[in-house]
Amino acid sequence: MEKSVIEINRLTKIYSSDSRRRVEAVKGISFSVKQGEIFGLLGPNGAGKTTTIGMLTTRVRVTSGDGHIAGVSIKDEVAVKKLIAVVPQQNNLDRSLTARENLVFHAKYFGVPKREREQKADELLEMMGLGQRQNDYVRAFSGGMAQRLMIARALMHAPEILFLDEATTGLDPQSRRLLWDKVRELNAGGQTIFLTTHYMDEADELCHCIAIMDHGKVLVMDTPTNLKKMVPGGNRIELELGEASDGLVEALKELDISGEVSRHDEADKVILSIQGDQSLIAGIMRVIQAESADIFGVRLHQVTLEDLFIHLTGRRLRE
Amino acid sequence: MKTFFALLERDITVLVRDLPEFVVRIAMQPFLFVFVFGYVLPNTGQVQSSYANQLLPGILAASMMMAGVQGTAIPLSQDFGAIKEIEDRLMAPIRISMVVLEKIVMGTLQSWIAGGLVFPLAWIIMRNNLSIHVQSFLTLFVLLFLVGIASAATGITLGTSISPFKIPLMFATIIIPMIFLGAAYYPWHALTNVSWLQKIILINPMVYAAEGFRSVLTPQVQHISQFYVVLGLLVAVVILSGVGLRGFIKRAYS
Ligand SMILES: Nc1ncnc2c1ncn2[C@@H]1O[C@H](COP(=O)(O)OP(=O)(O)O)[C@@H](O)[C@H]1O
Ligand SMILES: [Mg+2]
Repeated sequence: MEKSVIEINRLTKIYSSDSRRRVEAVKGISFSVKQGEIFGLLGPNGAGKTTTIGMLTTRVRVTSGDGHIAGVSIKDEVAVKKLIAVVPQQNNLDRSLTARENLVFHAKYFGVPKREREQKADELLEMMGLGQRQNDYVRAFSGGMAQRLMIARALMHAPEILFLDEATTGLDPQSRRLLWDKVRELNAGGQTIFLTTHYMDEADELCHCIAIMDHGKVLVMDTPTNLKKMVPGGNRIELELGEASDGLVEALKELDISGEVSRHDEADKVILSIQGDQSLIAGIMRVIQAESADIFGVRLHQVTLEDLFIHLTGRRLRE
Repeated sequence: MKTFFALLERDITVLVRDLPEFVVRIAMQPFLFVFVFGYVLPNTGQVQSSYANQLLPGILAASMMMAGVQGTAIPLSQDFGAIKEIEDRLMAPIRISMVVLEKIVMGTLQSWIAGGLVFPLAWIIMRNNLSIHVQSFLTLFVLLFLVGIASAATGITLGTSISPFKIPLMFATIIIPMIFLGAAYYPWHALTNVSWLQKIILINPMVYAAEGFRSVLTPQVQHISQFYVVLGLLVAVVILSGVGLRGFIKRAYS
């Protein structure tokens, strides 16, 4: 169950095709990805996410370090290509072919037998909501449709690992949600997924494990829950009250809260900030009722991965 | 091997689908050339009727060269430069050099189709002025084979080194001069009085293609000997395939 399917060790990429400019895009990163999980590489543009995927999928030459996919060295290109499938950042569908032909030819490249590939194409077109458009040329496909077709194509040869590079970038919110559902659905069926994104909500919602990447380095890696615990302060509940007696503050502190209750006085109200999450709200309300305090508002401040990124780098994810 | 044939099948499917367009693109220019210089002008007495004998092998070589170069260079340049369509084929479980080989096979095929179209066309139009004696079919096939591969290899070399925005420039600066300075419309020996040009154009593989076809189809026209023709084509194939392969690999990885 806890088997690693990707292991990389001090993987480094220095682009130097342009002799004047040397770009150290990935700086000796190491991590492993477990079978059956959705693993996310989260980081701003230019962090080195695409380069990392490129090295794992034989498209980018490794400068140093090594990596293994299902036990196969990434230097063994042909063997690796059999194990993986990639949905790239940029649409690379075959514009001379119809949607269905894109799938069927892809499967042919991988030697999938005829019966199987036709059946699989039917299934996947249906699953991705493209059944109606299967005989259309892909030139006219919208971003969301192209993205779903590329995922269907990737699945035609039943890869061990599916790589998705910024799969939802540029999609409208609805297409994005749809794509998330598909990713979850696939993963529920046992598919290991390696994705990159610069949307912290996407990483948070989808991934079992996230590595946060910046300037070619992995800063931290853990489950979303554990990552968010790293932010000092953590989740907070803010109360907007007319007045806050010492008794009220003391009663709040009696609740099972981990940190401080901080107080901020404004002209016509008092704001109390309590460390903790939504599980405290019921208790807080009881205290407020018992003290008959005037309450104007309750706000839950949940820590996001963005907060963690700011904590780690002093910058926002999207700048 | 399955993968290799699947790649080939994909390209053939697309080619067959665009066949009418392909035929017009390939045959129009040679048709007009043959019509004007092999039919209209000889019949109006402005060109000697024996010019047809010099023209036919040259037209054949030029069409084959054009078809093979265009068929590989243009799609490759677009694939690598802009649309990245080829990425899915680079991800196929096969060595990259085999993808290049597939492209060479495909270019060669297109070159042969062009030859197969243009030869009968030219023959029909100019038949009254032609005297063809095929000396050796074996030599003819060897030449067809080498010219096809040379054209595809030229196309891969060009396609992997030129950005899609520069395709028109590539025609103006490389392909058109290759044809015009390739002994297609005149035999190489006719250049004796312009000997500097005669020497320079020996670097052009087109010269060997045109002269080679003269040597088998119309041997009565003075031509470069078959030994040098085959040697020239072999050298072109080896160099251009090597350069094309290197260029392809350089573009395929970052
Ligand atoms: N082919 C390339 N040649 C030179 N530099 C590159 C190339 N591809 C990416 N880079 C550089 O490497 C860094 C990381 O890029 P990339 O891996 O695309 O980041 P991300 O996918 O996280 O946005 C950037 O500074 C980018 O400009
Ligand atoms: Mg990227």
